[in-house]
Formats: sequence, C-alpha cells, structure tokens
Amino acid sequence: MARRLQETDVVIVGLGAVGGLATLPLVEAGLQVVGLEAGTWLSRHDFVPDEIRNNTRDWPMLVQKAYLERPTSRATAAQNANRVGGHPMMNAVGGTTWHYWAQAWRLNPWDFRVVSETTRRYGASRIPAGSTVEDWPFGYEELEPYYDRVERETGVSGQAGNVQGTIDPRGNPFEGPRRREFPMPPLRGTAFLEHMAESARSLGWKPFPGPASINSEAYDGRPGCVYHGFCNMGGCHVDAKSGPHVTTIPKALATGRLTVVTRAHATTIEVDGEGRVAGVNYLIGSNEYFQPARAVLIAGYTYENSRILLTSTSPAYPIGLSNNHGQVGRHYFSHHQAGGVGALFPFDLKSWYGLPAQGVAVDDFADDNFDHSDLNFIGGGNLWVMSDRRPISAAGVGSYGRISRNWGSEWKAFIRDNADRTSSSYIQKTTLPYETNFLDLDPAATDSLGMPVIRITGQFKENEVAIANYVMDRMEEWYGEAGAIEVTRGGAGMGAMGPSTHAYGGTRMGDNPETNVVDRWGFSHEAPNLGVLGASVMGTSGARNPTLTAQALAWRTAQHLAESWSSIVG
Amino acid sequence: MSDEQPRKISRREMLKSAGLAGAAVAFPGTLAGTTPEKTALPVLGEGTARGARSAAAPPRALQTLTVAEFEILTAIVARIIPADELGPGAREAGAMYYIDRELGGALSGQKEAYQIGLAALDRYSRYSRGRPFVELSETEQDSVLIDCQGGSATNTGAGFAGSSGQFFNMIRSHTLQGTFSDPYYGGNQDFIGWDLLRYPGVRTGVSATDQARMEAQELPPNHRSAYER
Repeated sequence: MARRLQETDVVIVGLGAVGGLATLPLVEAGLQVVGLEAGTWLSRHDFVPDEIRNNTRDWPMLVQKAYLERPTSRATAAQNANRVGGHPMMNAVGGTTWHYWAQAWRLNPWDFRVVSETTRRYGASRIPAGSTVEDWPFGYEELEPYYDRVERETGVSGQAGNVQGTIDPRGNPFEGPRRREFPMPPLRGTAFLEHMAESARSLGWKPFPGPASINSEAYDGRPGCVYHGFCNMGGCHVDAKSGPHVTTIPKALATGRLTVVTRAHATTIEVDGEGRVAGVNYLIGSNEYFQPARAVLIAGYTYENSRILLTSTSPAYPIGLSNNHGQVGRHYFSHHQAGGVGALFPFDLKSWYGLPAQGVAVDDFADDNFDHSDLNFIGGGNLWVMSDRRPISAAGVGSYGRISRNWGSEWKAFIRDNADRTSSSYIQKTTLPYETNFLDLDPAATDSLGMPVIRITGQFKENEVAIANYVMDRMEEWYGEAGAIEVTRGGAGMGAMGPSTHAYGGTRMGDNPETNVVDRWGFSHEAPNLGVLGASVMGTSGARNPTLTAQALAWRTAQHLAESWSSIVG
Repeated sequence: MSDEQPRKISRREMLKSAGLAGAAVAFPGTLAGTTPEKTALPVLGEGTARGARSAAAPPRALQTLTVAEFEILTAIVARIIPADELGPGAREAGAMYYIDRELGGALSGQKEAYQIGLAALDRYSRYSRGRPFVELSETEQDSVLIDCQGGSATNTGAGFAGSSGQFFNMIRSHTLQGTFSDPYYGGNQDFIGWDLLRYPGVRTGVSATDQARMEAQELPPNHRSAYER
C-alpha cells in the first residue's frame, strides 16, 4: 500500500532540462513544488576528463533508469520491434543537460508555420503525402519572450543575427528577431573554425558561431568555459554548462518552496472521479508513495512522457491518461541523423581542446531559407562544423581509402600524421511527423519493474532522404572549398527510426483536441490540471537541437500555470 | 622532461633504457617452455622507459588471462600497433595489461570471447603455418592476422566462436583503448599512445593562449593522467 504524502501545489515528474527549469517560475509565484527525480544529485566532481569512462563506456546512460526503459523500434507496423543499442539519456537532478552538447538554438519562424508557409509559397501539394504536420498554435513571436527569459536565466552564449529586425552579419541572418543580444558573446573560435567560416563566405554563404548553453565568460556566479575537450558526454568540471542543476534548481531551492525527491521512480498518475489528475505514484526502492498534488507536470523524456500517460489507465481514461482521442504517441518523429559528411585535410586542425558546441554554422540551406520551387522536398538542414576530438576516437578514424589495412606500421604512420586532420560535420535536418510513425507500448519488452516500454514504429520518408542528399552535397562543397583532400559521406538511408536524443511528439501541442494531446499552453485537452513539458509537445523539429525550445515552452507552461492557477486547478 | 627525448628511438634502445633487454622480469609465475626472448615481455614500469620517473615499477600480475593466453595477446597487440621507426607501439604502451585487467571488470562480458578466440587463433596458426603464433616471424604473424580480420580463418576448424573477423576487430578496438586511454587504466604507459597521435595531453583548462600556442606548434605535451593529483 502506497504511503500517502502531504498534498503539494505542483508535482513535477523529472528534474531534467525542462522539469528542472520549470521549478523556478512556479516557486517564484509562491507555489509549493515537489520534484520527483529518478536519478540522484551529481556534482562537477563526478566528471573527469576520461574518454574511456565518458565516451567508450557511456557511463551516464548505462547505469540509469532511462537505459532500462529504452524503447524497442521497428520501421513499419508489419515488422517485429527490436531493442537494439543504447539510449544516451540519463537520470540525475539536471538530467541529460549534464553531458549533452549544449547547443542552444531557437527554432526559426518557418518551423512554426510549415503548413501555411509551404502552401503560400509552393502550394498545398508540397506537403509530403502522409504527413500529419500542422502549424503550431502560435508563431515564433509568441515564444520569443520565453526564449529570451531562458537565455538570461540559465546563461546562453552566442552571436545575434537579428535584433529587432536589424540584421547583424556576424550572426545568423535567418533567425527570427530577438529583443536583444545574447547575454554572453559566443564561445571562442579556433584557426580552423575561422578557416571554415572564410571558406563558407567565399561560397557566398553566411557562416556564424552557434549558440550554446555554456558560459563563454563568468556569468551569474559561474565561470566561463575552459575548453578542456571532454564536454561531449562528459559533463562540466567547472559548472560552465548551464543546466538546471546549477541554474534554476538551486535558486528554486533557496526559496524554500521546492522539495527535491531523488531516486523517485514515478510509475503512474492518479485520477479523481471527475477525470482530473490527483497526484503521482512513485517508488523509492521497494517503498511505494503517493504524492497528491493540485496540478501535475510530466517532464520526462519524450518516450517517458507518452509511456506514463499510456500506463496510467483509469475508468475516465481507459486507454491511457489524456488519450480519449487516441493521440498519445501520435505525430512522433526524430531528427534524421544519418547522412554525415567527413573530410580529411592536409594540415593539422588543432581541434584537441574543443567542444561540440564550439563551431561554425551555415543556415543557408535550412528551413525555407532557400528556394524550393525546383526541389523535391520541403525543409532543409543546418550545417555544423565543430571542434571536438579525443585520442581514442581520433585513433579510430577511418583512413579515407588511403591505406589498405587499419592496423600495422602503415596505419600507424597514417594516424600519426592524420589523427588531428579529420573533421566530421553535423547536419541536422527537418523531419516531419507522418501517420505511420508513432509510439505505443511494446507488447513484450518491459523495464526493471515489469512495465511495458515504448515501442517506436517509424522510418524516414522520401522528404527526409531528399533533404539529406541535398545538404550532403552542400557540405561536400564546403569542405572542398576549405581544401579537404578527401571527403566521405554517409548513406541517406531509410531504416528504422531508433531511439534518439532528438525525439519529438507523442503529446503534441495544438488547438484541435482531435489531433493534439495538449492545448496551446501545454495543458491536457482532457485532464485540465495535467501539463506536459518537453519536446514531446513539439509538432515540428526545425533543423537544430530541441532543448532550448523545449525549455522556453516549459517556462511558458509553468508561468501560465502560476498565472492561471485558480482556473486550472479548479 | 620526457617530452624532450628524441622521438625516434629504436625498440632495442627503448627496452634497454627500461632495463628490460634480455631480462626475464616479466611477471610472477613460471614461463617454462618459452624461449628466453619470449620472457622479455615489456613490463614497462611507471615511467622508466623514457626516464620520466626513476622508481622501478613492480612487475604486474595478470588478473584474468593465463600466461599462455597473455603471450599470444601480447604478440597480437604488438602487430596491431608495432614498434617501428616511428617509435614504440601497443606492446610498449602496455595495451595487453589494459585488456587483461579490464576483462576482469568493465569488459568481463568478453572474457570468454578472448579465451576462445586466443586459443582458436593459436590453433589456426599451428594448422596453417606449422607453429604457435608467438613463434612465427612478424611477417607470418601479420599474415595470420590478415586471415583473421578478413574472415578466412573462420571456418577452418580452428574453433572461433562466430567469425574470426569479429574476434580480430574486438582485439583491435581494445588495443586502441589500451594504447590511447588515460594511463590510469593500465595502458598508454609513458604516454606512448598520446605522443604517437601528437595529442598534447589532458588539461583541466585550455586558455586562449594555450590554444594559440598549440596552433603555433609550441604547446608542450602534458604528460599527466587525469587522476594524478
């Protein structure tokens, strides 16, 4: 029998990128908040510049709840789903923001209006067949104040390209207008990154340094980045990475109105007789607890958000909480990460001490920033060249066909000369939701408690593959202009859409309850005091990392809850 | 400082400077049945090979593999990253100690694959080349490893579990880990691996000045483990 705890105003399930962030606007409004976190507190002392520990063995993901719940996947509903590979999300106070790349992009205005803008410019027939994409219920301008707030509150560095309509050529000219500059200048460059930027300019493109949730200088009591080279899957040993564990959560705790419960494994959400949510059941070890609350915000990762709704069945919601319209798990998509381009240069790049958020971006071929009239796809990709290298992976680099064996004296000479001469681009591309891509509960695979895990049914369609081929061509051009002596490209392949760190949908946001789980504020169309935080509410991906957008939405949902408290909790 | 040592150092000189040339100091336990040269396994003590530190390191005990298995493994890693005119290789870096130790820890799931694979490789060597792997010339050893990697040793009755290529690729991957990881894990002795790649070493911070010095080829390698206090 679960032990019933004292009621609180709000319980948040998950204290990662979005849940950890949402604590602050709630407690600042005077609400009492309980945060349930499956992981534990970590500190900067947990992160060592150790490639074996961080990268070879993926320690953050292998020891945690998220790993035990990793989804199964299959390309189509006609296939059996398999559980392959890892899932690099982690559980901790701060979640995956401990070790993520920390690129901190805003979506571009087009991403909010894919349907109407495509229809206006090219005609409705250009929306790919079978896609369930909708316009967001609001535009970029509605989210802009929340982007701005999160950038200030947590600490984001970058170079603005559009301040109130004035274009600054040092930044991204395609971004939506910002009310003001970033709170910090961008992360520093390197000679190689400047060389790549120069090469892009000579092609007539508009390169710029990307935005990062990393201090580029001392900010809000934390130091600037020290560029030691182990940021990727590593976590920050000086707290320069701006996750909620060092930003919003400490501030929220200082108010005395946030209670953090670690090692709390949330299982189901309880519903009252009127279909309103009543609180959250969770386990610590084998001890069961029930945390009653007047409002519940679920803030797990995309897969966990759909899962806890689907496993929380009740007479009011027989096929899952907030699922009486059958929309939980629908409109799922993840970034098409295949189709990278690599290059070998005839000179050392001096990339040993970089980080993946330190780089140069080109947005000329993203979104609708270029004319698609004569192309066979909509959307595009953001080209990104970064500074990120460690010795084991550098030694494992391919030989670009220059030598026949990957061992022995000839290979040894090759890696001695070339370990620091390769570059791998990162190209993020538009991915759309489709009718046949969705999440549901796997009929067989379970987690450590015997509860079903999420099953991904999904594959990339013709639009995504066409984007990949197009942007890989552009990336080859760029490396060629920069003097690469060899270039390789990945396949644009169509396989199963496996677990991803850029996973979207399942609880999509929109005005129409027939096609969306949450309303324009992030609250359930069916259970009014249930809110959903995370990229699971996003209906389009953009061609860039989701975290900052998910955080801006989370702040907005939390602020709305505080401001509309009496009407939401009844 | 060890980084002032000349880069080109012959294997013989290196072993000599480590006090190991011809010395039977490898590890406790009998090596009966092996030739004297084979006992001169390069147990490179902590920093002695290049004069970085003076204290002689104790010999290292094997934790997982038998002496015979370890000898074969050592011979393999020595061919994957050989000691040659460019300097020492995986054996000198102690990659086989990394593997032996980790097979009792993080790599314990692959312990059986090593035991079966090493025996199969040696059997294949005897069948196809007439002698145990460790007694083959380097050129013959390479040809055996080429057969392994390409998969032609798989269905020869040698006893590989799965394909010989899988086995080879596993050893190659772990040899790279042992050679290029932090020395804390038991390999990359004397920063042989990091020096080979011209990696300037683990630093807790890299200032703009450091970056500029690196770009000007003026940043000396930092020979420290991340766990060194």
